[in-house]
Amino acid sequence: MTFINYAAREINCKIVYYGPGLCGKTTNLQWIYDKTNPQAKGKLISLATETDRTLFFDFLPLDLGTVRGFKTRFHLYTVPGQVFYDASRKLILKGVDGMVFVADSQEARMEANVESIQNLDRNLKEQGYDLQTVPYVLQFNKRDLPTALAMDEMYRQLNFKGEPTFEAVAMSGTGVFDTLKAIAKLVLLELKKK
Amino acid sequence: MASPDLVMYEEEYQQIKDTLHRLQVDSNSKIVFLVDKNGQQIASMGDMQGVDATSLASLTAGNVAATDGLAKLIGEKEFSILFHEGEKDNIHISLVAQRVILVVIFDERSSLGLVRLRVKKASVELERTFEVLLKKAEADRGSLANRFDSPFAEITDEDIDSLFSE
Repeated sequence: MTFINYAAREINCKIVYYGPGLCGKTTNLQWIYDKTNPQAKGKLISLATETDRTLFFDFLPLDLGTVRGFKTRFHLYTVPGQVFYDASRKLILKGVDGMVFVADSQEARMEANVESIQNLDRNLKEQGYDLQTVPYVLQFNKRDLPTALAMDEMYRQLNFKGEPTFEAVAMSGTGVFDTLKAIAKLVLLELKKK
Repeated sequence: MASPDLVMYEEEYQQIKDTLHRLQVDSNSKIVFLVDKNGQQIASMGDMQGVDATSLASLTAGNVAATDGLAKLIGEKEFSILFHEGEKDNIHISLVAQRVILVVIFDERSSLGLVRLRVKKASVELERTFEVLLKKAEADRGSLANRFDSPFAEITDEDIDSLFSE
């Protein structure tokens, strides 16, 4: 749900990073936070456990600049990936404008990826959205690991509507901004359609 | 789309700010602000200096969402008021028109009773304003894409690319 403020000439959009536990959602946000200049970003909030597993969400507000005289502000959220935090995940999906799915490239995590996409689909439906139509970008993270599955194999298993797909190594920033840019673009183009 | 976009116009924005200002003065509180349920800050009044308003908004919405979840689990529709008591400052959170969150931050110069009383009054005003706002947005919707003054109909790929050009 975009918040368009004609009075303050601002557009606010919400983007959620989804994916199985330990796939690198928080790492994506951390990289964006580290590499964005101070004027463009707010505080990175992490509600995490002592062991740095996301407990509720991470939150990063970003000012991207001006489009057609409107300040565009993106609110980036991650969800807790662990299966048993489903209730929290649902809450964070409320009012989402765009989704990034971060998949873990390791072969052993393929099942978790598939399960997480199914979980996303179900949770979106509960909020009245459809994964088929919501702005959606796929990221294959951890491409640098030796156990990473081949790109085309992952694509075959996880890409279901020809959504933009990016290879990434979030720890070193590879593909992180490409992913963000792609989803921001889809979200803004969606505004145009409305 | 699950819920329609929230659109804010000049006139209602001013009304909302007036209401918040009155509430802040009448309740003798430090900060009063309004957030939508998705964590977007709508308006604020009072001494926001040194306060990270965006984070405050997002955490408030998360807090309300979690409490909403709790309510549903025990069979309640919602908990319409949340109150956090601190050593110096307190936060009073209440739902308005089931879609926006009114937050009042106050210290010992005010009291919970006074805040509750004034919040009640302000909520009625805010509810009225939002009703008008939603109607207005509703009337605009659908035709928005065709309106000549819609700022988004003309967004081009270049516009978007330029956001990332640094």
